[in-house]
Amino acid sequence: MPTKIEKDAISGQMTTGHEWDGLKELDTPMPRWWLWTFYATVVFALAWVVIYPAIPVSGLTGLSGWTARGALPAEIAAERARIEPMLARLREATPGEIAADPEMRAFALAGGRGAFNNTCAGCHGAGGQGALGFPSLADDDWLFGGKLDEIQHTIRHGVRAGESDDQRGIAMPAFLSTGMLNAAQVNDTAEYVLSLTGRATNAEAAGRGEALFSENCASCHGERGEGNRDMGAPRLNDRIWLFGGDKAAIMRTIAYSRAGVMPSWQGRLDPAVVNMLTLYVHSLGGGE
Amino acid sequence: MGMMQAERKIEGAALPSLYASHVKVQPRAVAGPVRRAKWTVLFLLLGLYYAVPWLRWDRGPGVPDQAVLVDMAHARLFLGPIEIWPQEVYYLVGLLILAAIGLFAATSLFGRVWCGFACPQTVWTDLFQWVERKVEGDRNARIKLDAGPRNVVWWRKKTVKHAAWLFIAMATGGAWIMYFNDAPTLTREMLAGEAGLTVYGFFALFTGTTWLLAGGAREQVCTYMCPWPRIQGAMLDENSLVVTYREWRGERRGKPSDAAAGDCVNCKACVHVCPTGIDIRDGQQLECIGCGLCIDACDDVMGRLGREKGLIAFETLSNLAASTAATKGMEPGPARREAGMAARRAPNFLRVRTLIYAGALGAVAALMLGAWMLRETLTISVLPDRAPLFVRLSNGGIRNAYTLKLANKLREGGTLTLEIRGPADLSLMVPEAPHDPQGRPLLHARPDAIASYRAFVSAPPSLRLPERVEVTFRLLDAEGRVQASATSAFLGPHP
Repeated sequence: MPTKIEKDAISGQMTTGHEWDGLKELDTPMPRWWLWTFYATVVFALAWVVIYPAIPVSGLTGLSGWTARGALPAEIAAERARIEPMLARLREATPGEIAADPEMRAFALAGGRGAFNNTCAGCHGAGGQGALGFPSLADDDWLFGGKLDEIQHTIRHGVRAGESDDQRGIAMPAFLSTGMLNAAQVNDTAEYVLSLTGRATNAEAAGRGEALFSENCASCHGERGEGNRDMGAPRLNDRIWLFGGDKAAIMRTIAYSRAGVMPSWQGRLDPAVVNMLTLYVHSLGGGE
Repeated sequence: MGMMQAERKIEGAALPSLYASHVKVQPRAVAGPVRRAKWTVLFLLLGLYYAVPWLRWDRGPGVPDQAVLVDMAHARLFLGPIEIWPQEVYYLVGLLILAAIGLFAATSLFGRVWCGFACPQTVWTDLFQWVERKVEGDRNARIKLDAGPRNVVWWRKKTVKHAAWLFIAMATGGAWIMYFNDAPTLTREMLAGEAGLTVYGFFALFTGTTWLLAGGAREQVCTYMCPWPRIQGAMLDENSLVVTYREWRGERRGKPSDAAAGDCVNCKACVHVCPTGIDIRDGQQLECIGCGLCIDACDDVMGRLGREKGLIAFETLSNLAASTAATKGMEPGPARREAGMAARRAPNFLRVRTLIYAGALGAVAALMLGAWMLRETLTISVLPDRAPLFVRLSNGGIRNAYTLKLANKLREGGTLTLEIRGPADLSLMVPEAPHDPQGRPLLHARPDAIASYRAFVSAPPSLRLPERVEVTFRLLDAEGRVQASATSAFLGPHP
């Protein structure tokens, strides 16, 4: 509360009567328009609260009915319309044509990254780094081929996705549980597989396994374990192991089989998105 | 409001309101050397402001030929021969730092010359007041007009004045947007009504603010809005030249005929010409913008009275104190005047404070010049993949992937050879690039753009490396000189 209004001896100005420990406040009036400007901002704020959704309670949207969520579909539609000409080009072009056109390629790589993170990264990991049972897309090993057209084919049709007319439906037999091999034979075959990369622990067993491999495995994996891309049979003579490369993991694979599954994306994704994914996946490890 | 009034009563007596209606300042016209200096600065600055967007600068085909242009759409700043990319904003920051130190130095030396002569608020207010004076007459005529009835004459004069103001404001707002667009093209489009909504919006914004600030708010911008007057106490010292009333000479104020009075005849000419409506005789105050028009007004009066000029002058506070001390107790008259003036010393411009400012100015300018001379027109940046950090290859080797960005700030493109420096036996591969006879990738630095490449570096299975080794990517020109380089890391499993 103001106490004593007086004339300040030095400035000759009146005080407001406010005093704090001997400090007195001079009365320097603000211009009246300043006050009106302040009132105007208050009116603006109140109008804003009435017109726009300012109170965080569900249903209180303000008189205009505008919401950020309500505005989103229009923004998405506008963005779709903006990129549609480019998507149309990407739909028609082959992956090779896209790679050769700098503009389409840049768009496909950027869009492909987003689509990959949405659609593929759940299994293949960010950047296509892969995981046990899910192939890395950043290395130089391709089960079904790493050329642009081969990647596009894999994305379209998936792996063991139930398309019966495709070789990709073939799965590896479970040699132990079906009785095709007994436990000792599984051990010998595993030793032979290890020997393909110079890691056999028992040369004698590996020698016994050679015949078993030739009889049971070579039709898909090749005589020297070089693999077969037509049916996605992995190479066994390299250092990349989709399901683990130690002896226990290899024995488990022979005994109970492995069969990775990837959905077919044809019909579920826009062909333009399939092409963008193709370009992006190809760029991860440099492709083939 | 009623509540407020009720509270503001003590012992039954009503208190003055915390708010006051603004009293319009009606400065009188004045002539003299300071006024001439102000006109000169005004013409120079306004001329510069309006003319610069129309200056041309030939940069070759496909590039804007406007000398000064902020190209928002293409994210480029053109300043004559200089072209700056957004990531080089530090050049702009350097210019702003130079301007700030220059402002401090000028203030320390000559007081508020910026406020009084060069500030856009002062320049445009001066121009608007000149228009007002031409239309409505000088101080007395304007006061009479505003106090009088709102008749035909009033309406005519106000309409003409605001029309002229609006014209200047539109030219001002129009010139501002020219700095962001090609001036001839935009002028044609705006006149034809074909320019974009953004253009018209900014045009209206700057027109409106010019009209409001220079026509309406005027000195209130300085006294209520601008922070600069509030830090003058720290910027000025007793050796700065400031607009000063020589109290030791002027007091006691009296009639010209009063022989016992000082030189100030209390004619209030200094108050009437003041654009901020203050009385300089009250001493230093934050409202004073240091324009010095009161000096012209007072000198005019002193000249007519046959008295020595300089009762109000650009003077240092230390001289003022010296004169006051030297004339203490002396009677008014020529002897006091001479004693006071004799006590003054030439202003000392070489003070620690000004030398520090000069040093800082020189240092920043040298730094900027050096940065500009060493500016790299071609840079390479290397972003190693984060996921995966590395991959095992089918032969057992290790491979890292990188994204390379080649920023070429020149208008010509070029082909450069990429090579890596690091542990021997590391091999480099850029699948999308052609190779030279030695198998090194040839990258194309696109003109005035950033080119992006995926690069792969592989270590053979036989190579034993620590988890992290440094790898340097170098771009070589046709003569084998290193044009740009960047160092990154090659990662692998724990050995």
